[in-house]
Amino acid sequence: MVTSQVTAPVPARRPVWTRPYLLAGILAAWLVLWLIFRGQATLPLGGAELTPLHERIGAAADVIDDSRNENPLFLYFVNYIRLFIDQFVTFVQALISAPSFGRPVPVVGWLGVTGIATAVAVLYANLRVALLTAAGFASFGLLGLWRESMDTLALTLAAVVLSLAVGIPLGVWAGLSDRFERLAGPVLDFMQTMPTFVYLAPLTLFFLIGPASATVATMIYAIPPAIRITSHAIREVPPETVEAGASLGSTPWQLLAKVRLPLAKRTIIVGVNQTIMAALSMATIAALIDAPGLGKTVLKALETLDVGTSFNAGLAIVIMAIVLDRVTSAAGRRVETARRAGRARRPLWRRVQVTAVLAATAVLVYLSHVYVWAAVFPGEAGLGSHVRRAADAASQWAQANLYTYTNALKNVVTYGLLNPFEAVLTGSPWWLVLLVVTAAALVLTTVRVAVVCAACLALLVALGLWQDGMVTLAATLVATVLVMALGVVTGVWMGRDGRADRVIRPILDAGQTMPAFVYLVPILGLFGATRFTAIIAAVVYAAPVAIKLVADGVRGVPVSAVEAATAAGSSPWQVISKVQLPMARRAVALAANQGLIYVLAMVVVGGLVGAGALGYDVVSGFSQLQLRGKGLAAGLAIVVLGTMLAALTKAAARRADAAAHGRL
Amino acid sequence: MTATSPAETSPTAASENPAILDVRGLWKVFGPRAADVPGSPLAELSRAELKERTGCVAAVRDASFSVRRGEVFVVMGLSGSGKSTLVRCLTRLVEPTAGEIVLDGTDIRRAADKQLRDLRRHRFAMVFQHFGLLPHRRVLDNIAYGLEIQGVKKAPRYSRATEMLDLVGLTGYADSYPDQLSGGMQQRVGLARALAGDPEVLFFDEPFSALDPLIRRDMQNEVIRLHREVGKTMVFITHDLGEALRLGDRILVMRDGALVQTGTPDEVVGAPADDYVREFVRDVSRSHVLTLRWIMRPPEAGDALDGPELGPDVVIKEAVPTVLRADRPVRVVADGELLGVVGAAEVLEVIAE
Amino acid sequence: MKVPRIALAGAACLLVSTVSACAGAKVGETTAAPAASGSGSSSAKQACGALNLAINPWVGYEANAAVIAYVAEKELGCTVTKKDLKEEVAWQGFSTGEVDAIVENWGHDDLKKKYIEDQKVAVEAGPTGNKGVIGWYVPPWMAEKYPDITDYKNLNKYADLFKTSESGGKGQLLDGDPSFVTNDAALVKNLDLNYKVVYAGSEAALITGFRQAETQKKPMIGYFYEPQWFLSEVKLVKVNLPAYTEGCDADAAKVACDYPPYELDKIVSRKFADAAGPAYQLVKNFTWTNDDQNLVAKYISEDKMTPEAAAEKWVTANPDKIKPWLPAS
Repeated sequence: MVTSQVTAPVPARRPVWTRPYLLAGILAAWLVLWLIFRGQATLPLGGAELTPLHERIGAAADVIDDSRNENPLFLYFVNYIRLFIDQFVTFVQALISAPSFGRPVPVVGWLGVTGIATAVAVLYANLRVALLTAAGFASFGLLGLWRESMDTLALTLAAVVLSLAVGIPLGVWAGLSDRFERLAGPVLDFMQTMPTFVYLAPLTLFFLIGPASATVATMIYAIPPAIRITSHAIREVPPETVEAGASLGSTPWQLLAKVRLPLAKRTIIVGVNQTIMAALSMATIAALIDAPGLGKTVLKALETLDVGTSFNAGLAIVIMAIVLDRVTSAAGRRVETARRAGRARRPLWRRVQVTAVLAATAVLVYLSHVYVWAAVFPGEAGLGSHVRRAADAASQWAQANLYTYTNALKNVVTYGLLNPFEAVLTGSPWWLVLLVVTAAALVLTTVRVAVVCAACLALLVALGLWQDGMVTLAATLVATVLVMALGVVTGVWMGRDGRADRVIRPILDAGQTMPAFVYLVPILGLFGATRFTAIIAAVVYAAPVAIKLVADGVRGVPVSAVEAATAAGSSPWQVISKVQLPMARRAVALAANQGLIYVLAMVVVGGLVGAGALGYDVVSGFSQLQLRGKGLAAGLAIVVLGTMLAALTKAAARRADAAAHGRL
Repeated sequence: MTATSPAETSPTAASENPAILDVRGLWKVFGPRAADVPGSPLAELSRAELKERTGCVAAVRDASFSVRRGEVFVVMGLSGSGKSTLVRCLTRLVEPTAGEIVLDGTDIRRAADKQLRDLRRHRFAMVFQHFGLLPHRRVLDNIAYGLEIQGVKKAPRYSRATEMLDLVGLTGYADSYPDQLSGGMQQRVGLARALAGDPEVLFFDEPFSALDPLIRRDMQNEVIRLHREVGKTMVFITHDLGEALRLGDRILVMRDGALVQTGTPDEVVGAPADDYVREFVRDVSRSHVLTLRWIMRPPEAGDALDGPELGPDVVIKEAVPTVLRADRPVRVVADGELLGVVGAAEVLEVIAE
Repeated sequence: MKVPRIALAGAACLLVSTVSACAGAKVGETTAAPAASGSGSSSAKQACGALNLAINPWVGYEANAAVIAYVAEKELGCTVTKKDLKEEVAWQGFSTGEVDAIVENWGHDDLKKKYIEDQKVAVEAGPTGNKGVIGWYVPPWMAEKYPDITDYKNLNKYADLFKTSESGGKGQLLDGDPSFVTNDAALVKNLDLNYKVVYAGSEAALITGFRQAETQKKPMIGYFYEPQWFLSEVKLVKVNLPAYTEGCDADAAKVACDYPPYELDKIVSRKFADAAGPAYQLVKNFTWTNDDQNLVAKYISEDKMTPEAAAEKWVTANPDKIKPWLPAS
């Protein structure tokens, strides 16, 4: 079969054209069969309709709800976790955001917090980042959102600290044990693709309304990157260095503490960075269960379609994300440079520097503890009202003037791409889609992947959400195609042009961390409540990741290869298409995989803006008790779709790798 | 070709020493159910057939040899021949599938974790191709690593490390970081690290193949010097025939995981075990490797037996001036016994190749 | 120098703090203590204690809650904690004891059954006085241009106007917020309308749609409800479906009549009701009209006042409406 061809050295190459022809044949057969069987066995299910399975899931959820007071072990266990997290978050809040210890203000005021953050940046990053940090924190006050920002920061930091405390040890374990890594993989996929809306309500039953639930919800989303990247970091340590350590008689523990962890440190910091980003992106959704902070401001503003206010708060989230990102990545680089710098006479200078910074910070903290002007951000937060007005004006102008163009764009994509695609997917009998996908997977990938695909689609049927699943699948694929188009074009541009990279990167950061709820209203105004709006939201969120990955991949192409191509007289286009993109194909494949995961993460938001289908099922399951089972099933269906698509893209990535090494 | 059988007695002094490391029937098979392969009919299959039939790869196939105390034992082969796996099996960095490895009477394969660690800490050490240094530690701390994990106190640890640093000629670099040093210097650190624990056996895994040719020669000299100074037993892996001939008291040639030939450098060059080895040594200047023992002939009637006298282990190249200047054959004498004679014809035949 | 400038400034400030203005007021010295720590002094406040109010995410609800919270704090001296929660989570709060009152409830018979009948952790606390209307609406310009559009019988005539990229050749009926069970799919089928229900998915999507439909004179028909703050911005016109009669919506699949009028009501936790403190009395007695709510909602949504300020403004202007809510004492 196909697998043996990949692994065994085949002397005679199989003709290259077989695969595409087979695939074309499958697609042609699909279209013909679609025409014949159109509309049969498409398994539709109305918005309020339930299958017995959904009712059973709902009933099971009820049973769990009801038994939570009768199961002392579970109750005490969960209660202790809740108490611990609550105390922890409340403590951090007391320090920086909430009135505490009988004072009308937190222990440390704005000047102190800004000072501490800047000091951290000076000591662990560099002066430029420190300036950015100071400016960023000051802007929270200027935007009129100091308290909200600190609430978000407190929650984020607490969730990040706890996520790392759990994630790094597990990541180390996964890095050392293949078996654990294989076991953990699907669980992490599940945690990342299961929509938050599905577990938000149940969480409050066990962890009650408040910081603990919000923190746990955040952690569920933020732990996977910590585990994944730590594991990757551990695996990345050169095996020879580990062998060298072992050959001198290190115990396993010594190998970990003295060899693996120090060498993995830099990559682990990347994991810390990603964990922070993930935690911040949960900040808005957690506001639905009373998590304090900027998320609340965004959601409240959405009630009255107040674009200005929600943009203002969204901007604060973006600034926070950028500051935290730059500090952690600079700290990561510093680990490297500190090493290179050598040590001659450094300790003394460093000690002086540290002492000076700490002393200055202590002064600021003291001032902000004692004096009102340093505790409560002074002034009228004029910047905030400017931002609000500007955002409102921009949003209104766009909705009034761009509609004609955006509507045309929407119609082109919808009629030209989405509708036909959806018609075939939803109009085909389920067994036909299952057959076609399995056959295509067989041709393109391995038997194992084909089995996974068939199982996933069968599961979708079993969940009773086949047609909704197909509608979501169609939109997901179209969004992913757009993400990849953007990713390749912009990524190549950024990869080739350092200046473009510097200009575009902050915009990408903004796209990734700006809560979708902020731009929901403007894009609704531009594109209406349609599937295309959902696709746009997904693209805004997912394209930055894909672009960055492609850009990094293109930049990673050895200079010598590019020089060789240029020396041979290639045009820029030839260099891109024949050297840089093929050599970065692993990064491109990864971008497709991640882009897909991120698009799926926005399915629920899509449900809020007119995409219907699974996203809407999840949202209504969160909002209506009797639809709860269906919402859960829809969440599972999204996970199932994600599993299938991830398996396909991973297999494609492996093929790209194998092809790059001339084995296909 | 000199078809005369290679001399039975090996030329070096180490030859008389007893074995320090005995390897018998060593196997390393990677893949599913690897343990079933050694000893079964599968073991007879070629590497490719085994791969086809079971999906297993036999990296080392039934290796048996012994290393004598104080010698430099070179394992040579092309990449993929299994030589790196072999040396890792000897220290159990890679767990062997079958066989015995006896170090001074102790079977390393049977050693429990703790015992194995003690062996690694005190009895043997290894030098790696890409150095395997810890980038976050100073040179001195890299060298002292082995002592540190044994719990040696700071003062004695550093004093020993400084000693090693001086030994490998890096005095003054104690506070540098590895990536501030050139490749050759980094490998000296690797060497010092290996020597710090005063091991009996040193394993070298292609230690110089990542270095520039000039540096490589330097480092080879360094090894020769160190061998002379500290007298350790060395097991040296290389793919470079020149290096093997230069350093090795004895050479083991590997191909596809199996041993092809074991012998002294001149044995390997003078009497290749098969076409593979023959092809391998084809380009070697035989006059640089072979000794007179390989080209001497029994004295014939009419030979004047009053020519100059040379030992049998003199390399041909060095004998050339004497042979050519003399107007009669040179006598090859060991312990007062005439072994044969060498004339201009024999010498020229070798040089002219 | 690596020491940040701001730190130097701070240090300098500390040095001169004894003599210069940079010292400023000290925390706790001159600042007024926040309202929570007690500004009034009536003895009722000790008796009142805490009131945990769920805040559901729409402005009308916020108006109710703001006024109740304001009165509870100012008149009764309660400590009010507002918790921003979606409906279902808010109801769950009854069972975990974290929510005392929900002050605008739209139907939710399933939740009532679960928490009032089955778990017995909540009880009804009477109507709010607001009348909820659910139905199909069109923007005012359409009602003007096509006067007969407000009768469902004529909807098929205009179906073409409502075609969109989402509706597959039929007219699009934009359905609403996922929080409500709608009968729209069944209605379209049973009334034989050439329309397709498209799920907007959120209130924001619906309002944005209607707002654009009115400003850009685009056709649109969709699900909406009152009281809703947006109606004071754009006075949407309701389409008349066959009139609601008792039980005409009993079978969800066969429903062919308009939505029933909702009596919006209040739900409180059983514990809170049994304690029967002043806060409970207030919640139980609270009722007002749609106009009242719309006004406070407008303060919040259009005038961008904080809920507290909006409540204060309305309460100050309507002291006589407050009186009957207060516990008789």
